[in-house]
Amino acid sequence: MDPRILQQLRAITGDRGLITSPEQLKTYECDGLTNFRVLPDAVLLPSSTEQVQAIVRVCHDAGIPFVARGSGTGLSGGALPVKDGVVISTARMNRILEVDLPNTRMVVEPGVINLEVTERVAASGFFYAPDPSSQSVCSIGGNVAENAGGAHCLKYGFTTTHVLGLEVVLPNGSVAHLGGKSLDAPGYDLAGVFVGSEGTLGIATKVILRIVKRPECIHTLLAAFGSTMEAGAAVSDIIGAGMLPAAIEMMDNLAIQAAEAAVHANYPNCGGLLLVELDGPTAEVEALMQQVDAICRKCGATEIRVAQTDAERALVWKGRKAAFAAVGRISPNYIVQDGVIPRTALPRLMSEIERLGVEAGIRVANVFHAGDGNLHPLVLYDRRIEGQEHAAEVLANRILELCIEAGGSITGEHGVGEEKKMMMSKMFAEPDLETMQRVRCAFDPKQLANPTKVFPRPRLCGEQPGEYHPHPLELAGVAERF
Amino acid sequence: MTPLANAENAGNVVSAGNDATGTETRVANPWDHLRTIGSRDQWRDAGPEDNVAGVQPAMLFEPVNEIELATALRYADSAGLSVIPRGSGSKLGWGNPPSRADLVLSTTRLNRVIEHASADLTVSVEAGCTIGTLQDTLAQHGQRIAIDPLWPEHATVGGLLSTNDSGTLRIRYGGLRDLIIGATIALPDGTLASSGGKVVKNVAGYDLPKLVTGALGTLGVITRAVFRLHPLPHKVRSFTFLPRDAADANRLVLAIQDSKLAHTGLQVRFNSGAQPEVDVRFEGTDAGLAAQTEMLRKLAPPSTETQSNEDVWHARQHLFGAKPWSGASLPPSQATARQDAKPTASTPGDAPAAQDSQPAAIAKFSALPASIANTCQQLRDLAEPLDVHWSAVVQGTGLGWIRLGPAKANAIQQVLQKLRTQLEPAGGSLVVQYRSPEIPEIEVWGNPGDALALMLSVKQQFDARKTMNPGRFVGGI
Repeated sequence: MDPRILQQLRAITGDRGLITSPEQLKTYECDGLTNFRVLPDAVLLPSSTEQVQAIVRVCHDAGIPFVARGSGTGLSGGALPVKDGVVISTARMNRILEVDLPNTRMVVEPGVINLEVTERVAASGFFYAPDPSSQSVCSIGGNVAENAGGAHCLKYGFTTTHVLGLEVVLPNGSVAHLGGKSLDAPGYDLAGVFVGSEGTLGIATKVILRIVKRPECIHTLLAAFGSTMEAGAAVSDIIGAGMLPAAIEMMDNLAIQAAEAAVHANYPNCGGLLLVELDGPTAEVEALMQQVDAICRKCGATEIRVAQTDAERALVWKGRKAAFAAVGRISPNYIVQDGVIPRTALPRLMSEIERLGVEAGIRVANVFHAGDGNLHPLVLYDRRIEGQEHAAEVLANRILELCIEAGGSITGEHGVGEEKKMMMSKMFAEPDLETMQRVRCAFDPKQLANPTKVFPRPRLCGEQPGEYHPHPLELAGVAERF
Repeated sequence: MTPLANAENAGNVVSAGNDATGTETRVANPWDHLRTIGSRDQWRDAGPEDNVAGVQPAMLFEPVNEIELATALRYADSAGLSVIPRGSGSKLGWGNPPSRADLVLSTTRLNRVIEHASADLTVSVEAGCTIGTLQDTLAQHGQRIAIDPLWPEHATVGGLLSTNDSGTLRIRYGGLRDLIIGATIALPDGTLASSGGKVVKNVAGYDLPKLVTGALGTLGVITRAVFRLHPLPHKVRSFTFLPRDAADANRLVLAIQDSKLAHTGLQVRFNSGAQPEVDVRFEGTDAGLAAQTEMLRKLAPPSTETQSNEDVWHARQHLFGAKPWSGASLPPSQATARQDAKPTASTPGDAPAAQDSQPAAIAKFSALPASIANTCQQLRDLAEPLDVHWSAVVQGTGLGWIRLGPAKANAIQQVLQKLRTQLEPAGGSLVVQYRSPEIPEIEVWGNPGDALALMLSVKQQFDARKTMNPGRFVGGI
């Protein structure tokens, strides 16, 4: 990197806020997706909006790409550095700025850890709803970038549901306020666009969150089935009965074994485990829990337990949330996938994944948010066995293709990032992607904010939409143009 | 402006258009070119009833599919003609008057429910389908989109999304932004682009469904949308309380929000000097409702309970009057409707016979939930000295609707402007949704803040020629 630029950056953050030594830079060469690694030219640790702004201005003027990074727990390579670029870490912007209980709002800096938000207001009976499995370490800024989900978004929605406003530093170094503490700020819903944009539209420096009152009662039911098929049928019946549980999670036998080995969650050893959480007024929950119990028994549950105390619940969830890491106990290497399908396609997809696994000689453990059809197949392999890594990657990609074919999505909560950008062309038609890139051009015409991510190909922002491309509907003969 | 005059002006802007085969054709009259799309019965001259906030458009086209719609957009855009997208027209008066209005693009014939995947709790629907028809279809499988907008029998999916209208269910189920999961939009250059999808959980690509929600049709035309659904409630119960004053009402609202109750509706109704009323709604099983009722009644004092009914949840619609309007005159308010009023179906036939000849205005405001009483006190302090009659319905979310009038036209304008200047510094907003013609012009949206530059560049990327609803949105967009 040009020493003059480094000098400018050092002037902004001081020595303590600038990392350039190769051994220290290595910490930042990847995020939670460790098979992609790029060493950044420098890492900056700003402690204020003004510092972020000054850094971004330097990058903008010099044409240096930058990647924002929270805790680096992302699973799609969203925080993977870009060649010849810098990383801007929000780790030192970790203050909770405001807690407004009557209006159920909090204002936080992006480096605040997800769980800290809940911890701050738990005593007053509130919680912050999005709860990705990494919630004890992941940052709010990263959650905003990825539109993080979690087990309870079935009922409570995603990060985007709970982010009401943002202060952002745009890629040209200006500051803009999107949304706000009050609802429906006049103008385009740019806060809605920014959340989930994976760091490609700028850097959030303040986040206005909505917190939620903790329900009167939470019951978690654990039901053991002979197979995921039977468990899946129970899920359909629960939804069909007009219930909206706070969470419905499923694990297959391999995932159960892994969780047991890792955290001794005391799960029953079965083919398909269902975890159903209902919350709300006690009388309501108790009435519905009876129905859930009856449905599970009808669908062949061999064992049903209800966790009622906080300690029992915590143990049940500990096993589920540890599942990804736990798989390390039963396989030296594994790929975490994040596909989504319409819930009704679940049985078909499960048997297809099983068949493909057998064919490829590769084990697949399944953990999913069954209520909203978000699958996390864990494709297990051993790098030391020649050809297995490749076979695992092929299988993992094939699973995503199956999700697309079923009318689903290539990512439910982990993001596209570096990992899945080539899959975007399979999920979306060219005009769809081209239209999304117009938004990018509006925010970042020089394409410096996390470039090379999300989209398979960059779009030159000077390009005027010109040549006509037939829409897939036309090509399919569904409709014709005049 | 006559169609011919438009055509001549347009002829200066563009010298050539592309026809379907890609060959270049010199177009003398862009309307002739446009009218090659679809059949004759899909085109007509626009009449006074098609007036858009006082501006008279030239022609109206009703495409029967998305490709026709996108093609019409492309032709109009390349000819320099402006386009006003329209559903039923029930909220066509919202927004500033357009700076130009040439072609009205009606989605009336794009009205299919494409797929109700009941087991997946999603629905895919064309933009011209009315909310009423859609909800009827969903109800056959015990489901709904958890929204209760204005005039559901008229309001279309596209119009609802574009105006981001939300009602009483928002406090539990979120706004449209939280319920829409996919959208297809036609851009002025003829691009048809889909984003989101038909699964509830999906973070692939930018969230364009949110971008077009509330964009007032200034980026393109929404042609279809996908929503997440909720089961219809087993049972519903509503309650109404009479607090002593606005402060009491606000205290009750906050106490309910701070309780373990799972209310699906919470609003305060104000009517000039009268005692405010607080409405609460629960949905659920018999056992759940009984327990919540008991809890609510413990919270309520000193407010006293009075008889309630389902019609209280139409209070917002009663502010506007029963009949949808498209910029002409506003029916008299029914905001004073209390439990003795009979429920009002919002069909045009039911519209009050006499039009209100007195000036009136309606505005939506946004404040924080804890500021409801304060906002209404501000409103009262502004309105009473000027002899402006006012009524308001404020949701527990902090979103409220006020009706000003009857009163002197200038006085109404003054109250709106002053209330806005009090709301904006606290992060709130005030958007004028109706103003009778006698009232002096007032900017509809207020101050969009420091994101305006960004909004303008988004507009530039999607609609560089300012074809779509020109001048109607914030900051002259």
